[in-house]
Amino acid sequence: MAIAFDLAAQTVQMFLVLAVAPFLLGVTRMVKARLLRRIGPPPWQPYLDLWKLMHKEAVLAHNASWLYRTAPYVIFAATWVAAALVPTFATGLMFSWAADLIALVALLATARFALALAGMDVGTAFGGIGSSREMMIGSLAEPAMLLVVFSVALIAGTTQLSAIASHFIDAHVGLRVSLGLALIAFVFVAVAENARIPIDNPATHLELTMVHEAMVLEYSGRHLAMIEAAAAVKLVLYFSLLSCLFFPFGMATADQSLGPLTVGIVSYLGKLLVLAILLPIGETAVAKMRVFRYPIFLGGAFAAGALAVFLLFVSRSF
Amino acid sequence: MSSMSFDIAHLLAGSILVLSFVLLYQDRVSAVLNVFALQAVALSLSVAWQAAIQNAPHLLVTAGIALVMKGIVIPAALHRIVRRLGIHREVEEVLGAGPTMLTGLGLVALSILLVLPAGQNVSILVREDLAFALAVILLGLLMMITRRNAVTQIVGFMSLENGLVLAATGAKGMPLVVEISVAFSVLIVLIVFGVFVFRIRERFDTVDVGALDQFRGEQGERL
Amino acid sequence: MPVFVGIWCVAGLLAIAALGIAAGRSSNGRTLVYGGCLLLSLAGLGGALWHLVSGQPAVVQVLPVGLAGLGAHLRFDGLSAYFSIVINLGGGAASLYALGYGRHEEAPLRVLPFFPAYLAGMNLAVLADDAFTFLVAWESMSLASWALVMANHRAPDTPRAGYIYLVMASFGTLVLLLAFGILAGTEGNYSFAAMRASQPDAMSGALVLLLILIGAGSKAGLVPLHVWLPLAHPAAPSHVSALMSGVMTKVAVYGFVRVVFDLVGEPVWWTSLVVMGLAGITAVVGILYALMQSDLKRVLAYSTVENLGIVFVGLGLALAFRANGMGLPAALALTAALVHVLNHSIFKSLLFFGAGAVLVATGERNVERLGGLIHQMPRTASVMLIGCAAISALPPLNGFVSEWMTFQAILLGSQLPQWGLRFMIPAVGALLALSAALAAACFVRAYGVTFLGRPRTAAAENAHETDNWSQGAMLTLAALCVVAGVLPGPVVDLLAPVVQSLVGASLPAQTFLPWASLVPVAESRSSYNGLVILLFLAISGTLAALFIHRLATRATRRSDIWDCGYPDPSVATQYTGSSFAMPIRRVFGATAFIVRESVDMPRPGDTRPARFRIKVIDPAWRLIYGPTARAALKVALALNRFQFLTIRRYLTLVFGTLVILLLVVAAWR
Repeated sequence: MAIAFDLAAQTVQMFLVLAVAPFLLGVTRMVKARLLRRIGPPPWQPYLDLWKLMHKEAVLAHNASWLYRTAPYVIFAATWVAAALVPTFATGLMFSWAADLIALVALLATARFALALAGMDVGTAFGGIGSSREMMIGSLAEPAMLLVVFSVALIAGTTQLSAIASHFIDAHVGLRVSLGLALIAFVFVAVAENARIPIDNPATHLELTMVHEAMVLEYSGRHLAMIEAAAAVKLVLYFSLLSCLFFPFGMATADQSLGPLTVGIVSYLGKLLVLAILLPIGETAVAKMRVFRYPIFLGGAFAAGALAVFLLFVSRSF
Repeated sequence: MSSMSFDIAHLLAGSILVLSFVLLYQDRVSAVLNVFALQAVALSLSVAWQAAIQNAPHLLVTAGIALVMKGIVIPAALHRIVRRLGIHREVEEVLGAGPTMLTGLGLVALSILLVLPAGQNVSILVREDLAFALAVILLGLLMMITRRNAVTQIVGFMSLENGLVLAATGAKGMPLVVEISVAFSVLIVLIVFGVFVFRIRERFDTVDVGALDQFRGEQGERL
Repeated sequence: MPVFVGIWCVAGLLAIAALGIAAGRSSNGRTLVYGGCLLLSLAGLGGALWHLVSGQPAVVQVLPVGLAGLGAHLRFDGLSAYFSIVINLGGGAASLYALGYGRHEEAPLRVLPFFPAYLAGMNLAVLADDAFTFLVAWESMSLASWALVMANHRAPDTPRAGYIYLVMASFGTLVLLLAFGILAGTEGNYSFAAMRASQPDAMSGALVLLLILIGAGSKAGLVPLHVWLPLAHPAAPSHVSALMSGVMTKVAVYGFVRVVFDLVGEPVWWTSLVVMGLAGITAVVGILYALMQSDLKRVLAYSTVENLGIVFVGLGLALAFRANGMGLPAALALTAALVHVLNHSIFKSLLFFGAGAVLVATGERNVERLGGLIHQMPRTASVMLIGCAAISALPPLNGFVSEWMTFQAILLGSQLPQWGLRFMIPAVGALLALSAALAAACFVRAYGVTFLGRPRTAAAENAHETDNWSQGAMLTLAALCVVAGVLPGPVVDLLAPVVQSLVGASLPAQTFLPWASLVPVAESRSSYNGLVILLFLAISGTLAALFIHRLATRATRRSDIWDCGYPDPSVATQYTGSSFAMPIRRVFGATAFIVRESVDMPRPGDTRPARFRIKVIDPAWRLIYGPTARAALKVALALNRFQFLTIRRYLTLVFGTLVILLLVVAAWR
């Protein structure tokens, strides 16, 4: 019985992240439109877009290979699995031990690997430029992300996401400059990884500064739907990771009966909504960067992460 | 000491260090000045908090001096200078941003490495303050040597002085006389620098201190 | 008795080498030599596996050959067994591959005798139980591989590569000789058993460690001793390149582990600082240079440098933990390093085989002249994809498992008492993360430019799939990549007795954990499960595909490339390898490389094409080897005068030397 309940909670979580992802994307787009004094589409527009794309015929270039056709499913699956392993409304989900924070980051790297290869498959300049830049951003973001992992793991004594969340809920952690710095570094990395302004502009086409959109330029129909869905899920994943690592309150920990679970789901959705509103506000406040400013942006994230680790050494008397 | 008061002291001292980094990270002169003002505010808050937990009211004077002089007067004066001179808004760096940041991180690690093992028998807060203060001082020096512009060099110098104050307050207070004389000397330095900057500008049409090199006496002998 | 399996393997391989001389010209010679090597490798593999699985004690054997009064001591313990698994797995795969690939050999007599001798040298190196036998094996392995590098001696770069390799190999052996000299002490007892028994003092222990780091590091390609590696490894025939990169560098790791963890005893903590710092830099520099190369095999060779950096990070961590008496973390770090040794030998061999297949199919190693091979060589492309993903440390493949374990060991680093180490370890962790991410970029580039896109030359367009033997070898290794990634538990358990004997602790048993997870320290701390991840990926990917195909549409139309409405039929408009690497070259250019860019822009009206040239120079040449070579030349010129002395002066020299030596002896007394 307990196993069935656990399995159900895990399944709910998997489909929850999938179900809310397009809505959150819609909310960010709507808020952004309002900030720019446009009306903008309603928040459920991404569902309609995905539905439309899924039913369209997929147009492939003559020389597109099997890799090009399977990559969207690999990208989607890797992102979805990663999102399913982040504790969202309850800790100790059935499979959350299968991958810790490091493995989660690596799963996203798998998705990125597949996407970058797919961008190069047809052999266009746009796809190549996107892949090349995506891999550069990834290689700059990953060390910063590792330092975030490091500082969080030093405080909680584990890299297991469920255990980190429980530790932050139950134990007294106090006001830590390190956590603040880790949060800053995490936000920088998340902005870069999700292709948001100032690193990349999700609303642009035909511009030499685009990264993510350049890679998926040749995709259409159901393949594009998969990639768009994966991008939405990835956004939710980073939101969930942020709330799990830095704001875990409201999560159901020891007592996993229906009451705390409901509280957990409601507070989780609330946190997602707040983040989905904050993101476009931040995006409207800054301008898109030149490509060769990225290292400085991500270098800032790296410095913040490294400082976070160093300050932990000082304030903790081991 | 209660954990709450430690946490707040830790937060304030840590934010001074972080702001030193932010100073290094900035690439516009006006942003540098604003961050410097913010650092002075953080410093005065930190000193005031020390005054409260150490029961040392004279530290409040220090905090006040920091807030008024370095938080308001000096940044405003520097803003004025920058505007009057119309000097480049971009900070000119000798070293690229990446290497500067890495060097800065190395300096922080070095100061923690130096202070922490040395002070095993004092309280954690004092150790921490000393480590942060040393780091702020080194970062101030780094800023002075990696920037070409005279205004940013002044800021680097004064952020270095913030580090001195942090160290002094952390170590159970310093006499008020010392503090006042330090503040006074900083003011004098500001005036000297200010005059200096104007003179450089008048002579050479730039505040890039590199331009001064051409007029050094030894140069002829080296050639 | 497995030591006999080992000895018979070495003897058999030497016999085959002799056969190779005799039968090299006949057409059956190839099959005979490679087939024999394959069988003997399988026998060695089986013997070593059996030794480890059944938990045999160490076996010792003294053969009456070698140095007078010393004999050849041989010993087969857990560590030897593990490394002989790595050697024989790589050797077997290379032999299988060569059964097909060897057909394209221009001068088989330059390869066939040396290939078995090379395998024999490596097999003997892990068996040796005294310094003399070890160095003989080490040197014969170096010389045989040098001969194999020179097999293709007409290629323009080969003589230089061979020369530099020879110089560096001799230098490495010289340093190893010094290290063993210190270990042997004043009595001059060169057997490992005696060295193990006499614990050297801390300073000479540290000195030995540093000397071994230089000696073994020059074979493993640690920066700045790596310069020969990217020249020599690609110059050899591809199956030999695979052995050199995948296996011979592991023999160097074996030498380091054997001496440092087994013979020297307790390390001094700061030596781990040196090892880790060097290793972290090696990892990043190696992969950055791999990213800049356009020669496919050279990309792989530089990536070997990176992976050895990762291995040495693990070894350095293990040293740090061991110096502080922390058993379990040391075991974790050492296990991570040794698992990466196996993993790297698997996927690096696979990748070199793939590069060889491409070379045979197109005659090209330059990625800028390839492209679109996924259509012409679908099977090679598939297995290469697995290899590229595995070396980029992507879950659920095997490369990720060892990197994950290294990261777990790094996270335990904050428990160390020394402040220097506490700061060093996160920095090394960041370097490792950087190198992992750059590796992904590097292999996206290598794979994307070679196998994806449109063919850039006629050679790439007319390529054909490689032969069945080669495919079989590659498929086996690719399958091993997946299996070792999904079920790492057995490998870790296989290593448990080895690690136990070296650092006095081992990881808890992993094989029979539920769901085959990997739990190195404690479940509450960290766990990873490649099997569940693979299942989840497969299920969710299939579900998504089924969902769309059933409920929506699966209609597909083929059409021209869209390219934002401006498709250009010229294949030259594709992104090239160097344009792919350009952002990273610019980001790290100021710190890691010396980059020369020159633009030759014709005047308006001039019809010749504009040219843009990039030259990426390894700073190691500029800063270390160039000055060293010049200094050596200067000294040689100065000494040249001694060649033209009169006989009386020569006698004076001899006499002077004699007197000085006698004085030294007198002063010493």
